[in-house]
Amino acid sequence: MKLFEHEAKDIFRQFGMPTPPGGVARTPEEAEKKAAEVGKPVVVKAQVLSGKRGKAGGVKFADSPRDAAEMAKEILTMRINDLPVESVLIEEKLDIEQEIYVGITIDRNERKYVVIGSAAGGMSIEELAEESPEKIIKMYVDPNLGFSPYESRDMAIAMGFEGKQIQTLSGFFVKLWQIVKAYDVELTEINPLILSKDGRFLAADARLNIDDNALYRHKKIMENIKRDPVEQNEREQLASDNDMAYVELDGNIACICNGAGLTMATLDAVELHGGKASTFLDLGGGADAARVEKGIEIALMYPKVQAILVNIMAGITRCDEVAKGILKARNDGDITVPLVIRMVGTNEEEGQRLLTEAGIPFLSTMEEAAGKVVEIVKEAK
Amino acid sequence: MVVLVDKDTRVIIQGITGGQGTFHSGAMKEYGTKVVAGVTPGKGGQEVHGIPVYDSVIEAKKVEDVTASVIFVPAPFAGDAALEAIAADLNPVVVITEHVPVQDEITLIHTAKNKGITVIGPNTPGIISPGPRQKLGIMPGHVFADGKVGLMSRSGTLTYEIAAGMTNAGIGISTAIGLGGDPCVGLTTIEAVKLFEQDKDTKALVIVGEIGGDAEERAAAYIKDNVDLPTVAFIAGRTAPPGKRMGHAGAIISGSSGTADAKIKAFKDAGISVAEKASDIARLLKEVL
Repeated sequence: MKLFEHEAKDIFRQFGMPTPPGGVARTPEEAEKKAAEVGKPVVVKAQVLSGKRGKAGGVKFADSPRDAAEMAKEILTMRINDLPVESVLIEEKLDIEQEIYVGITIDRNERKYVVIGSAAGGMSIEELAEESPEKIIKMYVDPNLGFSPYESRDMAIAMGFEGKQIQTLSGFFVKLWQIVKAYDVELTEINPLILSKDGRFLAADARLNIDDNALYRHKKIMENIKRDPVEQNEREQLASDNDMAYVELDGNIACICNGAGLTMATLDAVELHGGKASTFLDLGGGADAARVEKGIEIALMYPKVQAILVNIMAGITRCDEVAKGILKARNDGDITVPLVIRMVGTNEEEGQRLLTEAGIPFLSTMEEAAGKVVEIVKEAK
Repeated sequence: MVVLVDKDTRVIIQGITGGQGTFHSGAMKEYGTKVVAGVTPGKGGQEVHGIPVYDSVIEAKKVEDVTASVIFVPAPFAGDAALEAIAADLNPVVVITEHVPVQDEITLIHTAKNKGITVIGPNTPGIISPGPRQKLGIMPGHVFADGKVGLMSRSGTLTYEIAAGMTNAGIGISTAIGLGGDPCVGLTTIEAVKLFEQDKDTKALVIVGEIGGDAEERAAAYIKDNVDLPTVAFIAGRTAPPGKRMGHAGAIISGSSGTADAKIKAFKDAGISVAEKASDIARLLKEVL
């Protein structure tokens, strides 16, 4: 789960990391009030769960509370990377001496957390890695020992800081690591961490993603965080309520399969045959008739869908259950587009018998099925 | 020969009294797996399919000669169950459970590593060696035939699809390993390649990868420099859009990394045949064998 910048900063402050003075606003009036409270020129920042908001015009500076209201009015009507902006963060505009990057994420190959820092912050870490990889300092976290304060100091020194700044900057690493441990964080970044002209270190931006699989351990946070609804359409919502993996694409063929790898491979097969998939829908393992029917129902809600390809390689799933689900959907009159079925594995004889009796054809290989469904869609045009 | 799981492997099922544990302990036994014990805390003394249930792994070990574990424990408790198996020196430890928190994964993976124990998964269909008829997992045993190809994959059903295609073409496998669909897993692609490399009876490799991470690129580089076995690869997710998780937690293209194109290019650079379609794998294997 991605947190909004202002939510992440609430946590940062709880752990003693300074952020620029300010607050969240949902209306221009609130923005004006917050800017007046700051009492200095401010920055007005769109709160969206997307990077590159600056480039999209979602960050603006205001010299007066009235200006801040104007800027907020403009930003609050924007969509950034197709996401609506529902709130803005008003914060003191800082006189920047230096922009710094600090972050912690997981290295998939090492299977360890990795602490990352750079004295050249501001741009994205990917861009920095392209441009000047030598300016990126990395340290892996010992899975048994965690990340020690002396390692945090070593980071600051390696990043080129001296004197008192070593202690101040290392404090950010120490606290970020505490947050990572406390909240099952997958990725956190302060970019930029600003050293102001008057010598303060402040977390000017904040990114914090919590491991979805660990949310059950953080019920309190979930309650405290007044969550804006995640931007999900009704089909995505319904699929996630039913614990199905569902992704919408640009094509017109819905692929309903069991298993993520098989579903991806089915999408690829459709494209190899000259078609284009509209839907990735993974029923998961052991789907029963009701689940298959639900999957078909969700797929059909997407207006782009002109045909459905059901591709089942049954291991713990049973073909007879799949067939029953398909029959139920058909008998209820739910299926409004051509349907191509490929179904093999556990109980395939029984499943195929049910389909044959109902006069529904099926194919035995994935390639045939992909070819067939593409052909049907082309003929219909 | 086989890797990790052979005729002498004796299995304990952790979480045996749950729905999945009960179903699959039966299926494993039916296939031929030597399932000698089960564990569910508080249910010691019961039996599941004639398999004795114990309260803990250590209790079971006092009575039964167990060597390996398969874990069906729900995600919040799976990390702890794996640590229990590791503490009892079971090897390999196969974690079927999906949605294990990543911090738990990191802890269990490195604890096992420090003891020289292999963890397969989490979020894996398991491991199967058709020769000695031992499967530690949830795969349908009948689609895997005995033979000389080492198969490793990041997915479940796609592996069954490919194994079935190989079986139909008369090509069998030594061992098939589901590496798991999470970003952090125990046994990595490269480590699996090394295991097969040491098995004198494995004559070819099949690597089934997918978008996300760079495990395939690393394995390709390793094979290029170190491995003589003919290898065929397949990558799922060529048409996946960036930034979307395609079912598996680990199957996501982030920025420009983790794309199918990069993986396919790495394999081709290493002289590895890449199948365009899953059904091409058997044909390509025949060419290289």
